[in-house]
Amino acid sequence: MTEVSAVVKPKPRPIIRIGLFLISHSLFVSIVCCIAGVLALLLLPVLAKNTYISENALMPGSASAMLSTDDASDGHVFVNKIMSISSMSINSGIEIPEMIAKHIIESGGEVNYHKFQPLSDSFHPLQFFVGPDAGMVQDNYSSTSYGVNTVGIVRAPRGDGKEAIIIVTPYNSVKPTTSEALSLGVAYSVFTLLSRVSWLAKDIIWLAADSRHGEHAAVAAWLRDYYTLSSGDLEHEVTSVKRDGVSNGFRRAGTMAAALVIKVADSSTGFEKDGLKIYAEASNGQMPNLDLINIVNYLAVHGQGLQVRVEKIWSLLDSWWLYSLGELQELIGKVAKSLNPGWKFGIPASDYVEGCTTLASSLYNQALGIPTGPHGAFRDYQVDAITLEFSPRFSSSQRVLFLLHVGRLVEGVIRSVNNLLEKFHQSFFLYLMTSPSRFVSVGTYMIAFALLIAPLPLVAAALFSDASKSKSPGESIPTSPAWNWLYTAKTVLIVHLWGAIVTIIPYFLRQFPDSSPLISLLTWIASSAVLLFFTRAASSSLPFSCASQLQTSEWTLLKAVTVAAAFIGLCLMSVINYATAEIGALLLVPMCLMAVPLRIDATAKTAKTVARGACNVLLVFVGFPPAAFLLSKGALSSFDGVRLDDFWNWIESLREWNSATYIYICMVHLPCWVLCIHILLHRR
Amino acid sequence: MSRLESCLLMFLALCSVTQSINVEELNEEFTESLLLRPLPDRKVLAHFHFRSSAPPSKTYGRHHHIFPKSIYQLVHKFQVREMELSFTQGRWNYERWGGFDPISSSNAKPPGVELWAEFDVPQDQVDESWKNLTHALSGLFCASINFLEHSTSYSAPQWSFGSASGKLRYGTLPREAVCTENLTPWLKLLPCRDKAGLSLLMDRPSIYRGYYHSQRLHLKSDEFGASEMSTGMVLEQTLTVVLRPDTFSGKALQPSWSLSSLFGRSVSRKCSLSSSSNVYAQFEQNLLFEGDKLKEDREALENAISVGDGFEDNPLFELSLAPKRVIKESGNLQKAGSILYEFSVEDSNEFKPFDLGLNWKVPVAWSCPQAPLQASRFLLGSGNERGAIAISMKSTRSNNVERTSSYDENECWLRVGIFQMVPWYVKVYYHTLKLFLDGEPQSSMENIEKILVSPSEDKVSTGVLEMILRLPCSVNTAALTLEFDKGFLHIDEYPPDANQGFDIPSAVIHFADFVANMSFHDDSLKQVPILSKLQEEVPVVSYTEVLLVPLTTPDFSMPYNVITITCTVFALYFGSLLNALRRRVGEEERLLNGKGARKAGPLTLMISKLSAKLRGKKWEPPKQSESGRSSSKYKLLAKVVLVAGVAAAWQFYFQ
Repeated sequence: MTEVSAVVKPKPRPIIRIGLFLISHSLFVSIVCCIAGVLALLLLPVLAKNTYISENALMPGSASAMLSTDDASDGHVFVNKIMSISSMSINSGIEIPEMIAKHIIESGGEVNYHKFQPLSDSFHPLQFFVGPDAGMVQDNYSSTSYGVNTVGIVRAPRGDGKEAIIIVTPYNSVKPTTSEALSLGVAYSVFTLLSRVSWLAKDIIWLAADSRHGEHAAVAAWLRDYYTLSSGDLEHEVTSVKRDGVSNGFRRAGTMAAALVIKVADSSTGFEKDGLKIYAEASNGQMPNLDLINIVNYLAVHGQGLQVRVEKIWSLLDSWWLYSLGELQELIGKVAKSLNPGWKFGIPASDYVEGCTTLASSLYNQALGIPTGPHGAFRDYQVDAITLEFSPRFSSSQRVLFLLHVGRLVEGVIRSVNNLLEKFHQSFFLYLMTSPSRFVSVGTYMIAFALLIAPLPLVAAALFSDASKSKSPGESIPTSPAWNWLYTAKTVLIVHLWGAIVTIIPYFLRQFPDSSPLISLLTWIASSAVLLFFTRAASSSLPFSCASQLQTSEWTLLKAVTVAAAFIGLCLMSVINYATAEIGALLLVPMCLMAVPLRIDATAKTAKTVARGACNVLLVFVGFPPAAFLLSKGALSSFDGVRLDDFWNWIESLREWNSATYIYICMVHLPCWVLCIHILLHRR
Repeated sequence: MSRLESCLLMFLALCSVTQSINVEELNEEFTESLLLRPLPDRKVLAHFHFRSSAPPSKTYGRHHHIFPKSIYQLVHKFQVREMELSFTQGRWNYERWGGFDPISSSNAKPPGVELWAEFDVPQDQVDESWKNLTHALSGLFCASINFLEHSTSYSAPQWSFGSASGKLRYGTLPREAVCTENLTPWLKLLPCRDKAGLSLLMDRPSIYRGYYHSQRLHLKSDEFGASEMSTGMVLEQTLTVVLRPDTFSGKALQPSWSLSSLFGRSVSRKCSLSSSSNVYAQFEQNLLFEGDKLKEDREALENAISVGDGFEDNPLFELSLAPKRVIKESGNLQKAGSILYEFSVEDSNEFKPFDLGLNWKVPVAWSCPQAPLQASRFLLGSGNERGAIAISMKSTRSNNVERTSSYDENECWLRVGIFQMVPWYVKVYYHTLKLFLDGEPQSSMENIEKILVSPSEDKVSTGVLEMILRLPCSVNTAALTLEFDKGFLHIDEYPPDANQGFDIPSAVIHFADFVANMSFHDDSLKQVPILSKLQEEVPVVSYTEVLLVPLTTPDFSMPYNVITITCTVFALYFGSLLNALRRRVGEEERLLNGKGARKAGPLTLMISKLSAKLRGKKWEPPKQSESGRSSSKYKLLAKVVLVAGVAAAWQFYFQ
């Protein structure tokens, strides 16, 4: 009896029991979770909700538009004036700003020029945490190529001047195209209307941004000067104050409530209606408040009858597998509805495909972390902004009608934002669009990601417990088995440090500006590889590393720590940029979970192990960032145009836009990939 | 009824007798006047000025006929020495409407409500009086002035406003909406309200449609002074509006206007209680200068003979009525001052209402005299953590401003006073004060003549910065920055619309060396209150913009979620911690061993006994067997399935 009672172990608590159960069935759990994660991602278009205007104060469309045909034809005259200036042979880039300034003064607004130079390349990947500096900006106009933004301000007649709404029209001041002139015409007709109306409560700023050095650079330079003590505040030419009323001093108008970037597309739509395309993604996957998109969509569809679109990946539209998936879910939806008429899920297959392509584009743009237009500069200062790209139905005729429609839309949006008492805060900031009127909120799309990464800690724990169990008592090294993982953790840490060094290498490569992208890429890869070799050699030569002998038998521990590191990296990234983490998890999770030394598979030589080995090799190949990029690029367009330098350019653009995705690729994805290869090539 | 009337008559007679006794010495007086001035940006400034005065109550007694009783009671209850209350909507455009004349200096006010008051009470009772006064005014003017009672919303400026007695309190409410409900009680203080006189013009839609609307009440009394030379109480009520005439007159020409087109009404009779009721049309020197230039050109062209400075031949404009008097400001040597045309509304009646009109003849452009420096204030930095306040001042050298102090090229200093009040949740670091002159950072304190800083105390008092800068006259720009941290508020300190942001009240910039006054040759003009007011030497003052600071706001809509998740986390943490602390492994093992020997729990024992009895078998103690354990597992599973099934059925049938 006493012997029996000695065997009775304390019964663990239920939560621990569940944990132990999951860990012991980790293979099954991880397969289920991964499949469920991918399915949940594919189901997002079905789960998307219709947008609704959350902030009651916005009241879009409750007032009738005041923009008349006269204003639109004024805008048309303005467009013609700009085109006549642009067709002149000599154009130094100051004529159009002067013309705009003259018109602004005539309509009763205040105006100033803002001279700027494009920002120098500086890498602040963590800018979204600290925000731009509040200090003074010292600029020196060393080179002569500067841009001139024209800033017009309408002061609200009875407003207190605490808030402002921004209209931005980027245009090339040397040689504006017709579409750019049209966007200026839209802004001008709205601006003149707003200078007369009595309902304004917020000031209106019209920024005619000089896009000679890029649209984003012009807007970013103006914003930077708006939020710092700029040279326009400090240098003041008294003589120039009275020259046609335009001062060089920097004019401001309070806290920004929202910003609209107005652009007109060069190509006309093939549709019967004028088109409107909304771009909203700012840097690092930040989005403006959903209400801003909602009012634009609402007014465009119900007020002006425009065809509203958001970006989508066109090549996915006619993919058969997506369509069959759509049909499958439609069928399931029908069956469910026949069982219980209350169950309403399932959308038409064509809608599903459209939703998927839009969602993919939304996810990709957010994951890139590069703003999709000049509105991205505003998000860096916590201002909600979107770009509206209009595409006229006909190329030249009926311009007045086009100006009227678009002007009324912009007026309506401004009137709605003008109604706002508080800043945008009611609706969502974290969402993915599946169509202009449907969205997936953070609560829904996190499920897919959570399911994907849930197996990682389980597998890590399972591998760790396996490793500590399988340790034979007759091990020669007299270390406590519980601390063995520290040695493998050291390896993982060293590889991650190597990743940090790899992150910095492109700076040194930038010192040689003449080298071609391909050479730079190859240098980068080669130097990284050499560095990896050296770090490995150095770490194994360290005096306390008896780890190398340990590792030979303990690849499971290494895999456990790798999986844990991948889990931590993905979780951190999901906080910073969800979309990057989601796409990264799709690549990284299967790769990390599958990794088993090839030697083991080779020795077993059963069909299962051979398949596993092949899978591993395939996953590792796909997991290599350049391969993944080029493969996806080839799959979406065609493999003919895929070149290796594209990857370098892509990486460079990520780095220049201070995208956190770059950091993720170099410091999470790449080390995990290297560690997976390490596991695969492990000697048993 | 007739008895009542006779009583009333007797009472009135009695009143008139008492009045006639005092009439020789001093008497209550009420005057009204309206000043109109065209502004360069096609707008018109209308400035109503009402003044009621009462002789000191020591000699005169406590009964007044004209002077409002409520104000008298206010003065006596709270011992107010001087007080100014203004309700403003819109912003005064210093750049276009000028900042160097008496009207802009004393009537351009920050948006919302501004109140300052000086008391004639001992130092320790000042705050008490202020609190009571704010409540009284709040009731009197239907405004939330009572929000100024908290010590976090007012301050005690030492020398920026009026006297340096330390008994002055200052507070603003930038967010107060101004509307007719504030104007009606203000009009009630006038003896004729808006039933007669110039206040007839105050058609509510017209005056609230304007670009600037500021109603102001200024009260001065020396009732409590020790000296015998007391002048009593003086109440000045002004309403300053900037309107845009609706008449369209082409793009170049200034719009012509008349009182009826501006206000939609005209004056049919004067207020019979007012001793004078005049309308003035003022034309600024720059405008007159343009007119003179035009006249000279024309004379040169036509070789005509000048007819003198009558108003009929003015080349620029034409007034619809003949002025009673033309008052010229005695300007300095270089140029003539502005001109005031005086009109009286006394001889107007129902059939011939007073309706002054102005017609422009030629297009003209001019600019208003500007304050020596034009100030603007803005926020630097973004984000919810920190930022900076910047005050930038730019020279407006285009106007030759006169200086009272002697002008010397080397020893020329421009003294600029700045008064800045900051709420406590904007935590200003005063040591980060930086001054830039013409873009050059000034390291030393040599440009600061005088500075007084009282830092804010959390939830107790506001921070106040008073300083006098001494800038060289040749300065083009001066900029001042102050860095701050954004504080956190307690959840119930947030106002209802917290997501809008929080206001920093306007800073006050005053130029001590400059006085904005008009000087007239004729001393007799001092008798007319509005003219004497214009002649009063007031320092040039300008207000900066109100700033909106976005602070971090909690998500007010989901406190429940926050509470739930926080409690869950805490429960998990403390539960496991306490469990780990409480546990004794040895003890548990001992207990388990004992349990292995003993039987199962009392409930299972009872159940098994019961079932044994039902089956009619002899009960025997359960064995700790493997099969029993697995069967209990299945039982548990069955129970769970049963509960889930019941729940599903419930859900299905009752939905």
